[in-house]
Amino acid sequence: MRKGLIIIFAALATTLCSVAARADTLDDIKAAKKLRVAVMQDYPPFGFAGPDMQYMGIDIDVANELARRLGVKVELTPVTGANRIPYLQTKKVDLIIACLGKNAERAKVIDFSAPYAAEYEGIFGTSELKVSKPADLAGHSISVSRGATEDLQLTNLAPAGADIRRFEDNNGTLSAFTSGQVDMVATGNTAIMTLMKKNPARKAVLKFKMFDEPAYVGVNKGEARLMQTVNDIIAKLRADGTLNTLSLKWLEAPLSPDLHD
Amino acid sequence: MATISLDFSAIFNYTPVLLRGIFLTIELTLVGALGGFVVGVLCAWARTNAPPRARYPFVAYVEFIRNTPFLVQLFFLFFGLPSLGIRLSGFQASCLAIILNTGAYNSEIMRAGIDATSKGQIEAAASLGLTRVLIFFHVVLVPALKRVWPALASQVVLMMLDSSVCSQVSVEELTFAGSFIQSRNFRSFETYLIITCIYFILSYIARRFLLKSDEWLLVRRKVTHG
Repeated sequence: MRKGLIIIFAALATTLCSVAARADTLDDIKAAKKLRVAVMQDYPPFGFAGPDMQYMGIDIDVANELARRLGVKVELTPVTGANRIPYLQTKKVDLIIACLGKNAERAKVIDFSAPYAAEYEGIFGTSELKVSKPADLAGHSISVSRGATEDLQLTNLAPAGADIRRFEDNNGTLSAFTSGQVDMVATGNTAIMTLMKKNPARKAVLKFKMFDEPAYVGVNKGEARLMQTVNDIIAKLRADGTLNTLSLKWLEAPLSPDLHD
Repeated sequence: MATISLDFSAIFNYTPVLLRGIFLTIELTLVGALGGFVVGVLCAWARTNAPPRARYPFVAYVEFIRNTPFLVQLFFLFFGLPSLGIRLSGFQASCLAIILNTGAYNSEIMRAGIDATSKGQIEAAASLGLTRVLIFFHVVLVPALKRVWPALASQVVLMMLDSSVCSQVSVEELTFAGSFIQSRNFRSFETYLIITCIYFILSYIARRFLLKSDEWLLVRRKVTHG
């Protein structure tokens, strides 16, 4: 028992010490010739795995463009909405390109690039349901991915009688709706668009829009050079029409011209 | 070396979420311990005393549960059953999954204890005129439980730790509380350190309590005739 405790404390101490000062991430990327990017693998059309388990989506295309213009290879790491920021903070990845939205809480722990795409978050449910504003949510159950911006927003605007059911990832959130475990689902319009293409047993239509959500690249704090490089590339991709092409390809809508931070 | 600033106050703002999580974890554990015990005894009885053909369904159940992951069983109950028109809430599905799972493991443990009963003891009890039910209870089951009690106790603790999986179907137990708090304050280290410590304390207390509990739960009482 005592020996066990000593080992635990030794392990803890090692963990604390191992976060030593290190070189700039941009230098590391160039030295390793490898850009490590956190992407989602269950969030079409942003990041998802195809039938052959290859990752695809607008996030993956943007990650590839970034790596190509940096002259390095890309290494994709699958993450969930809930664990993507810890992955970045613990430096398991260099960037998050995982349909990442911005809010004040997140801005305290990581930095955000210029936006590269946009969708909107809303409440979706079956067509016969009479819900058109937040107050109507009372008495209904709504699934949402824990920790996502739609969760934070829904938590704020939902009336006391609303039953918010939080799931670990987007798959659980959407399955809870399609299997009839909840009345409605709070998610992005693109996720619903993709879901409806698969023709599930329960159809979801927009009940009301919560907010627009541009997607940003997440960068660790204190990485000014990497941030500058990422922003330069995003500006070029936007200017040469690449981002618009990608938006048309994956989100079925042109990139909004007034998209800004 | 970079210094890490620990900020535990970021977690104590969420004390109600934590307390609710602890309460739900204890609730799931109690439900699983009691339900799993009853299911375990029933299956162990059926697998050792029922007519051979009637044993098959119990064998099938135990083998099925012991050879599939708990998370998949839970997902099947929660996401799968609604297709058949059976809609269980996250909590109901979790309770059922925990009882079915613990019951299967308990039945294997108890069966081992029961198999160790010597035939002579049963014959001696029968010659004293005890009924089959009394023989099973006093001569077979209670001594068997005494033999395997540490294994049963450890099964309850394992099940309590496994109940963290129920966070996946939106049951707001301790792991859910941890992930919820972490998704709000991004203090992964402090949050999961505290959650880990709470699990450790809960398991430690549960194990201590359960290992002692057979002394007063399984007291040998004087058996009067029939």
